[in-house]
Amino acid sequence: MTTTEAPATRKLAYVSAINEALAQLMRSDPNIFIAGEDVGLYGSVFGVTRGLMKEFGENRVVDTPIAESGIMGLGLGAAATGLRPVIDIMFMDFIGVCMDEVVNQIAKMKYMFGGKATLPITIHTMAGGGMAMAAQHSQSLEAWFCHVPGLKVVMPSGPYEAKGLMIAAVRDDNPVIVVNTKTLLGMQAEVPEDMYEIPLGKAHVVRPGSNFTIIATGRMVGESLKAAEELAADGLDVEVIDPRTLQPFDTETCVASVRKTHRALIAHEAVRFGGIGAEIAAQIQEEAFDFLDMPVGRVGAPFAPVPFSPVLEKQYIPDAARVVAEVRRLLGRA
Amino acid sequence: MDISNDTLLDLHHRMVRIRLFEEEAGKLQESGKVPGALHLYVGEEAVAAGVMSHLSAEDQITSTHRGHGHLVAKGGDLRKMYAELYGRSTGYCKGKGGSMHISDLDLGMLGANGIVGAGPPIAIGAAFSNKYRGTDRVTICFFGDGASNEGTFHEAANMAALFKLPVVFVCENNGFGEFTSQARHQAIKDVADRAAGYGMPGIITDGMDVLAVYEAAGEAIARARRGAGPSLLECKTYRFFDHVGVRGMGVVYREDAEVLEWRKRDPITLFESRLEEMGLLTTEAAAQVRERILFEIREAIAFAEASPFPAEGALMEDIYTVRGAAR
Ligand SMILES: Cc1ncc(C[n+]2csc(CCOP(=O)(O)OP(=O)(O)O)c2C)c(N)n1
Repeated sequence: MTTTEAPATRKLAYVSAINEALAQLMRSDPNIFIAGEDVGLYGSVFGVTRGLMKEFGENRVVDTPIAESGIMGLGLGAAATGLRPVIDIMFMDFIGVCMDEVVNQIAKMKYMFGGKATLPITIHTMAGGGMAMAAQHSQSLEAWFCHVPGLKVVMPSGPYEAKGLMIAAVRDDNPVIVVNTKTLLGMQAEVPEDMYEIPLGKAHVVRPGSNFTIIATGRMVGESLKAAEELAADGLDVEVIDPRTLQPFDTETCVASVRKTHRALIAHEAVRFGGIGAEIAAQIQEEAFDFLDMPVGRVGAPFAPVPFSPVLEKQYIPDAARVVAEVRRLLGRA
Repeated sequence: MDISNDTLLDLHHRMVRIRLFEEEAGKLQESGKVPGALHLYVGEEAVAAGVMSHLSAEDQITSTHRGHGHLVAKGGDLRKMYAELYGRSTGYCKGKGGSMHISDLDLGMLGANGIVGAGPPIAIGAAFSNKYRGTDRVTICFFGDGASNEGTFHEAANMAALFKLPVVFVCENNGFGEFTSQARHQAIKDVADRAAGYGMPGIITDGMDVLAVYEAAGEAIARARRGAGPSLLECKTYRFFDHVGVRGMGVVYREDAEVLEWRKRDPITLFESRLEEMGLLTTEAAAQVRERILFEIREAIAFAEASPFPAEGALMEDIYTVRGAAR
């Protein structure tokens, strides 16, 4: 895994970080294959599998028909019989087409059959709005899957996380859903060249702070860092935490932070009602009630489908300004 | 075939109206005026025109992500269409749907759809309703060769045949599902073969020949209307542009020579020479048709550009039906 010398890093785009992770994984384990729509010859509509078919052949980088149930079931059957599949579902919204495979089959096979199954399957998909793709190509549905025992869910916030979480997900012996964010694909950051894992279930303190905690997922991590800069002018020293994995959730790191700062807000791009923020807020009040100086705040999308028109979509999608406004409102400084 | 001169000229008009609408839409997107993804219908006009000219506003269709052509052919108002592409409040979907969801339910269009394979089950529901209510309305389900691999198509086809529903499944086989050629996504050449598995007729027609489509669709629709059950009509066609956007050549997943070969059978030029032979159209008259439609298009684009964006409150409207306000 990680080498002992200082690892070589260079700037890499998010999309290339995923690509590199997949290539290194496939070189390291002949049982890993990728299946999905246009992942082979075309290199995926987002470019994440570019070049992989050329290197690994059609047997390991499989262009499938448009048939999400079939593709997902293929992944399950292959995982149950010794392979390590990566199943690409182009847009997260399309997972609706194969919900049975994910929720009733993949998540349950091990438990229902007395633990005999080992299911090292990774589901790789793209979530999020901001590209005028409207209601069926823009959703952030990660909370659905956090609710289903048997599944793990990760949500990278940048290129470094994208690579490290992908490697950890594929090496994990359980079903893991990797929820990437399409608007982050062009984002550049330092990424080590070697194979490294970001441990599943471990949160990362992105920005240490002393008197306010923001727990943010995916794209909202970057937005919350911007918000933290702005809130510094209000005398706030904001700690920003990226859970990285949503299921299993690292309650400990978040609670430890809130015990220190006494104030917390959770920010995600998904619809606020019933979002992962609700669960995190509940856990914080259960574990740190006596430490809280104010109610736990939440920023998320309004309870509406994602609209097409860019003016409406801008109103819809949470950003740094919304985080700042909500923090100020909670502190009575709005 | 029994077909009036008016109908012939109407078929031509519908095809040209789609073509010009799409070409302008493509330019607007390339210039950055229209956001989002556009799946253009250029090359496939004969299918929408040939089928739709048998329908009234009370007959329903389900469309796909490539839906502009269907709406134009069903009599869509170009002003409301461009306004939708522009994300304006005067658009068919009040700016909430955009290209991928462009539809007018009042014209019987139950969605352009962002989910491949979503149409067939919805179409059999509408057909069930038509039969249930004792009407002679038909429902047309447009879908692609790629969509014919989704389970939803198979479930719907089986139920349609079992319940003898007044529905026609029209497969627009353009040879590709996104960037994957048909030979790489299914082991059959003719999607129409699939009809046999469900106990309905499967018909293959030349999707570049509007008269062939018109005739085959007419028979399948008449059959549905008289209660004899569903059919699967496969139209062999080709998408001249890319899957998304306008570039059609110099792409990795198909040869330029193939595109050029199909372009020789452009459904509009083919039909124009046919009409000329029949003495129904001259080059000048064809140019006039184009001019008139372009005038309509320019006016429609001006309307769209002058239209307001949705108001702030619109975001939270139209999510639920309030009791007593159902329409
Ligand atoms: C359920 C689902 N899977 C995948 C996609 C992505 N996608 C959009 S269009 C398309 C190809 C559809 O091919 P086909 O049905 O042949 O229609 P065509 O684009 O050729 O008109 C795909 C895979 C989608 N929108 N929905």
